[in-house]
Amino acid sequence: MKGYNFAYLDEQTKRMIRRGLLKAVAIPGHQVPFGSREMPLPYGWGTGGIQVTASILGGGDVLKVIDQGADDTTNAVSIRRFFARTAGVRTTTATAEATVIQTRHRIPEKQLRDDQIIVYQVPQPEPLFRLEPSRVETKRMHGLADYGLMHVKLYEDISRFGQISISYDYPVMVNERYLMSPSPIPAFDNPKMDMMPALQLFGAGREKRIYAIPPWTRVKSLDFDDHPFRAINAPHPCGLCGATDSYLDEVVTDDRGGRLFVCSDTDHCGERRAAGHIGADGFQEAAE
Amino acid sequence: MAYVAVKGGEQAIDNAHAWLAEERRGDTATPPLSVAQIEEQLGRSVDRVMAEGSLYDRELAALAIKQAQGDLIEAAFLLRAYRTTLPRFAHSKPVETATMRIERRVSAIFKDLPGGQVLGPTYDYTHRLLDFALMADEKAASGGVSMEAADLTTMPRVPDILGHEGLLEADAASDREPGDLTREPLAFPAARDVRLQALARGDEGFLLGLGYSTQRGYGGSHPFAGEIRMGEVSVEIEPAELGFAIDIGDLVLTECQMVNQFKGSKTVPPQFTRGYGLVFGFGERKAMAMALVDRAMRAGELGEDVTAPAQNVEFVLYHSDNIEATGFVEHLKLPHYVDFQSELQNVRRMRTEVAE
Repeated sequence: MKGYNFAYLDEQTKRMIRRGLLKAVAIPGHQVPFGSREMPLPYGWGTGGIQVTASILGGGDVLKVIDQGADDTTNAVSIRRFFARTAGVRTTTATAEATVIQTRHRIPEKQLRDDQIIVYQVPQPEPLFRLEPSRVETKRMHGLADYGLMHVKLYEDISRFGQISISYDYPVMVNERYLMSPSPIPAFDNPKMDMMPALQLFGAGREKRIYAIPPWTRVKSLDFDDHPFRAINAPHPCGLCGATDSYLDEVVTDDRGGRLFVCSDTDHCGERRAAGHIGADGFQEAAE
Repeated sequence: MAYVAVKGGEQAIDNAHAWLAEERRGDTATPPLSVAQIEEQLGRSVDRVMAEGSLYDRELAALAIKQAQGDLIEAAFLLRAYRTTLPRFAHSKPVETATMRIERRVSAIFKDLPGGQVLGPTYDYTHRLLDFALMADEKAASGGVSMEAADLTTMPRVPDILGHEGLLEADAASDREPGDLTREPLAFPAARDVRLQALARGDEGFLLGLGYSTQRGYGGSHPFAGEIRMGEVSVEIEPAELGFAIDIGDLVLTECQMVNQFKGSKTVPPQFTRGYGLVFGFGERKAMAMALVDRAMRAGELGEDVTAPAQNVEFVLYHSDNIEATGFVEHLKLPHYVDFQSELQNVRRMRTEVAE
């Protein structure tokens, strides 16, 4: 784009961010402070993810952007357009075609490969912030791997509710060392992070932190031996493609309690339907 | 039934932008606002946007205000997003407010002082009665005021007056390159230069509320407005290859020196301490609030109890930036249905298990 560098950020800034990324990869799950820039999109819209993506993007990359698992939600459209405009890279909605996937709140259903990078938008990188608001304190706790506070929280959940009540942004232990926020993905997606072949990068713009999980790294959702981690999902098949193993959105179809459960990952659902899988409400798609 | 809940993002965005442009222009029977009009006639808005946008450029600030339909935080955001693309090639020498070309200068702690009290263009003593004459076409503009140029050579800053007696703490000069929040993320403990930078960029309303809270018992520091001055200063840089300073332009600044009681400690005799405020343009409310909050944040350093929000450096610095705050508050309107869905299933599961 005229007047701006490739992918918006100047090369100095990209180098600074890439140095941060290298450090983050070297210390999996550790939050690395970086000189986050103001972006032309607001804080909270994915400025951290956008800066990370801008720093790693090359001319030959193919970019996919999802929000809530979907390629056509407004924010995903806006960010995809931003890079199409400022970097001129090819964009796609197909998970398998993408070399870089920027995401908000989901991990694609399709297993990612070792030649792909997934970039998460992170609103709050500090997994302990609800328990200890001071970052000076939490930094010390990470340094000492002092995570008793979080275990007590989980224990209290179990004693009060009989189960751990966290359903998204479910804390994980990375490489048996750092407690990490997986970003607000549903807990359903947590197991996909474990031993993922793809590089996972996390950017928090407003909070000015970067962190990473290198490929093939152990990522364990916190739990107890007698209360193992359980992923949550709606107990239905997808109404459009019939999938039983994908994360489902609940769409309100009328004001009489009607509900339609459909894949949150629109590419996954579309691909299944193209392959001939039809769910109980699949006719609705054809009628469109 | 057409399944439309998650489709149509592209077209929706285009339509929204088109509608926004139409809204911005308003009724075409009314002449459009020019950027120059905003710059000249909405000067206080321009000042605020420059301060919170961290960029001293009256014309661009006016453009941002026009583009944002007068939403000043949105305008500051536009300016910030532009500013961040500019290279930083030098840092200036400290601006010398002692030689400011004064437009306003008042002190609340002396009846008169060298250089005198200069009210300048202030609303302080106006009666807040709507002036319906401004609604009519302003053909009969008010006559110009004849202003005697203030004597610049004899306007010492009030701290310099008190400082002679050793009654006011001295500020050590430093040649250290100042911290820059726009390049390095905030880290704690945050040095005073970084704290002041954060406050100078901070939201006027937030600082006003915090400053006010210190006056109502939440971290009180017995402040007096030692001096408030507003006017133009020169900015100088000293390029390494030249070896001497060159003048690169002028800024209008508002400076507030708050003088606060301090009873002394084991090592320091009783004396007055200082809270400091400095903002772009004519921003007196902000400069005063900033000085109160700056002093409150020094509680730890001065051995006072840290109990109030305004004294909590981490709390103040992490929440004073309105571009960050508005982004994160407003991002709640982005779709969160995946997380909400997991909460729904969670609550349903918990209810089932309770029922069993």
